Amino acid sequence: MIFRETVPARVTRVAFLGLWLVITLFPLYWITVTSLKAPGDIFSQPLTYWPTALTLENYAGLFAQSDFGVFVANSLLVSLVGATVATLISLLSGYVLARFEFRSKGVLLAAFFVTQMVPSFIALGPLYLMMTKLGLVDSRLGLILVYIGICIPFCTVMLRGFFANVPDALEEAAMIDGCSRLGALFRVIVPVMMPGIIASFIFNFVNCWNELFLSVTLINSTENQTIPTAINGFISSFNVEWGPMAAAAVLTVVPTMLLFAVASRWIVQGLTAGAVKG
Amino acid sequence: MGGRVTTPETIARRPAAGPRPGSGRGAAPRRAFTGRRALTILAFLAPAAVFVGIFTYYPLLTGAQMAFRDWNLSNFTDASWVGLDNFRTVLHDPVLPGVLRNTVIWVVGSLVPQFVIGFAIALWLRRHFRFRGLYQALIFYPWAVSGFLIGILFRWMFNGEFGVVNDLLEKVGLIDSPVPWLAQPSTAMVAVLIANIWYGVTFFAIMILAALQSVPDEILEAAALDGAGRTRTLLQIVVPYIRITLTVTVLLRVIWIFNFPDIIYGMTGGGPADKTHIVTTWLIQVTQRGDYGVAAAIGLMVLVVLLMFSVFYLLALRERGVKR
Repeated sequence: MIFRETVPARVTRVAFLGLWLVITLFPLYWITVTSLKAPGDIFSQPLTYWPTALTLENYAGLFAQSDFGVFVANSLLVSLVGATVATLISLLSGYVLARFEFRSKGVLLAAFFVTQMVPSFIALGPLYLMMTKLGLVDSRLGLILVYIGICIPFCTVMLRGFFANVPDALEEAAMIDGCSRLGALFRVIVPVMMPGIIASFIFNFVNCWNELFLSVTLINSTENQTIPTAINGFISSFNVEWGPMAAAAVLTVVPTMLLFAVASRWIVQGLTAGAVKG
Repeated sequence: MGGRVTTPETIARRPAAGPRPGSGRGAAPRRAFTGRRALTILAFLAPAAVFVGIFTYYPLLTGAQMAFRDWNLSNFTDASWVGLDNFRTVLHDPVLPGVLRNTVIWVVGSLVPQFVIGFAIALWLRRHFRFRGLYQALIFYPWAVSGFLIGILFRWMFNGEFGVVNDLLEKVGLIDSPVPWLAQPSTAMVAVLIANIWYGVTFFAIMILAALQSVPDEILEAAALDGAGRTRTLLQIVVPYIRITLTVTVLLRVIWIFNFPDIIYGMTGGGPADKTHIVTTWLIQVTQRGDYGVAAAIGLMVLVVLLMFSVFYLLALRERGVKR
């Protein structure tokens, strides 16, 4: 910035950025505080903003009243496997789309773009029928396969953006030295691109972790439910129990938040590089 | 943020035709689609194509043809062709006018404040300060949370009896008695909009910041030498320079907000009295009651509208890009 900042401008800037930080963080603070209040305190007036008596009762209640441990395990399994496979596959497709020019490339990119535009609800019914025929309804494997399919388009475009920033001289040198293209990709390019790959993986992981409508459709039994499906069950029941609900919300948010915080810089780069180019 | 960020500006500066830097062996832009090279391309694309084909495109296309069949819970397996009946059902549904109005309010009412606040934050974040990285990471966190869960958080905060929003507003003296935000038709839309604005500002802030950082300092220095003031530099130099990013970002956001029922679904489910129903939450409702044919018809109409919007938008973008 070449302009000198005047004092009033500085005050405005600091005040506004500070205010926005408070506004951004407040919902998270509030749900956390709610989850740590004793069940009776949640519904008592006046509201306490800084509760003195903190308790883990709501968390204990959550695990006692539902199979929350099972839901967490299912979510972890589905998201880890889904995100890993989707990232690996997108690595290949993103590479080709970044490095080669061929005739149907535009069509392919458009086909990926359209998947972001279609309301997925059209697909729910047919998907359910197809998965029934394949014997993959109410199965975590089935959910994983579907998640891989929905992660790939965006992940491919994002990784393509990262590949464009890696000079192709790198893999050409490796190929002259006798590497196959696949070997060059994994031995030379992947190590250089690690931040981008990790960011893509985290992005996929968070998407799978948060996905609701597909899992509600495809999973019936409690033992296969993921966390969002379970939470959906909590709010569909007539009276929302806000104590355990707040605890469930905190437990859902914390892991993905930490992942995002670690990789936010690379995710930002990936989004600005990939999304805009797509 | 650091590192090299590819924004449309850097793309736009590349020559329009010919090989892009870093486009590998594409020295000749269109090579014959034969031999080893073709095999590599096919092999590398095959897994992605298989997954997206089977788990995204097959159900989508099957679903799309269901828009023309009598397909619902009671008629699940052999649905007969009914032509445009489902579309007629949609167009004659008494809910439709309200849903369309709500959708416009939802898209415009979310987009404009998100853009304005996001732009302001991006401008203010451009100047380096201590902990800027930390600040960005902190305001980034809503993205790690699903829209559905955001809906639930705000549903709790806007709770009429024990909600913190009422409590704060009473403390400040803006209201005298608690407002049943989500239970009364006149305020429910305001509440869901606030939640969505809160959720989406970061996206704009980050995209616009990346674009701002792509404006070369020389241009700003030249403007300063010519005696342009701060506001003029911003409006006549910076904004035109990052125009492409701005337009593409807005396009992506419109599509995304249009297709984003999650917050409303978690907060109000479309109620009270359908006052917060947008097209996609309505689509969920129709799907859940088992009218799959009608749902598919709605989905197809959404797709057509968004595609037309994108095409017009991109054409307008290209036209202005050429004049530059």
